Amino acid sequence: MTDLVGIVIVSHSIDIAKGINDMVRQIAGSELKVAFCGGTADGRLGTNMKSVQDAIDAAWSPAGVVILVDLGSAEINSELAIDMLPAERRGSVVVCNAPIVEGAVVAATEAKSGSPLADVKRAAEELSPQ
Amino acid sequence: MRIDPARLIDAIADCMIENMQELTELDAAIGDADHGLNMRKGGEALRADMAAFKAASLPQALQLAGNILATTVGGAAGPLYGSLLMTMGKSIGPDPDLGEVGKALVAGVEAMERLGKVEAGQKTMLDVWKPVSRLVAREGATVQSVRALAHEAAVATIPMEARRGRASYLGERSRGHMDPGARSSELLILAVIDALEFEQ
Ligand SMILES: [Mg+2]
Repeated sequence: MTDLVGIVIVSHSIDIAKGINDMVRQIAGSELKVAFCGGTADGRLGTNMKSVQDAIDAAWSPAGVVILVDLGSAEINSELAIDMLPAERRGSVVVCNAPIVEGAVVAATEAKSGSPLADVKRAAEELSPQ
Repeated sequence: MRIDPARLIDAIADCMIENMQELTELDAAIGDADHGLNMRKGGEALRADMAAFKAASLPQALQLAGNILATTVGGAAGPLYGSLLMTMGKSIGPDPDLGEVGKALVAGVEAMERLGKVEAGQKTMLDVWKPVSRLVAREGATVQSVRALAHEAAVATIPMEARRGRASYLGERSRGHMDPGARSSELLILAVIDALEFEQ
């Protein structure tokens, strides 16, 4: 069995992240790893590098992980979380420049079919206005 | 130049806590009004770890402070200030001269710039850190000139149009307000200068 690319969802709001996770789960099946996080460490709106790190760990797959983000700090905290990964994992985790809801669903669909990391990222990013 | 790591971190923490009101108001005008509270949370988290800072060398203290800010602040300021301090901590020795401080600051600001994918002139904290780091790295920069530049650079963000962060959604309407991150950067630079003992 091939390893599937994992999916991480990072929103400023844990409710949004959870809702997207629910939508992705509908199509993900049992073999696809999906993790989500949102909010600051003390439960306000925002994002937090530590919770992104934990989500990457939870969704970790040898095939890599794609991260879907909503606004500014979600992307910056995700990029910092990637920088802090052990060197051997750093190249296998990428942030998608894609709308978070559609991007997560498309990435999960692509990942579930066994596509490699670059293809999963590309599929999600094709949704972005050029 | 002698730097007491605990005293330095304490000054940073005080600055982050004391300026909550002003930073909240600046962020309310062109953002989501959370910068003041975010900074206060970061300052409180630094204070909570004061025992660790008292036992730390300067490189250790900067890396620990960076990690704490990146995980507690929330908002873009957390990872940006976090990467600035973590990179400075990795680039500096335990007993640096001013030249070494300048080099570490330049390295930290470059890390922040890369992480935020931000350029000068986009109405962000980089508009303060970039010129200040260049000045500090230049031989013969005086404390007075660094203070003055930090202030001028923050004020210079007022007429800019925001190109990054929440304020960028306002486009033209972001003009006429100081960038909250630029202001907190100015305040931190002044607080750090006050805390350091300069051997002239
Ligand atoms: Mg804000």
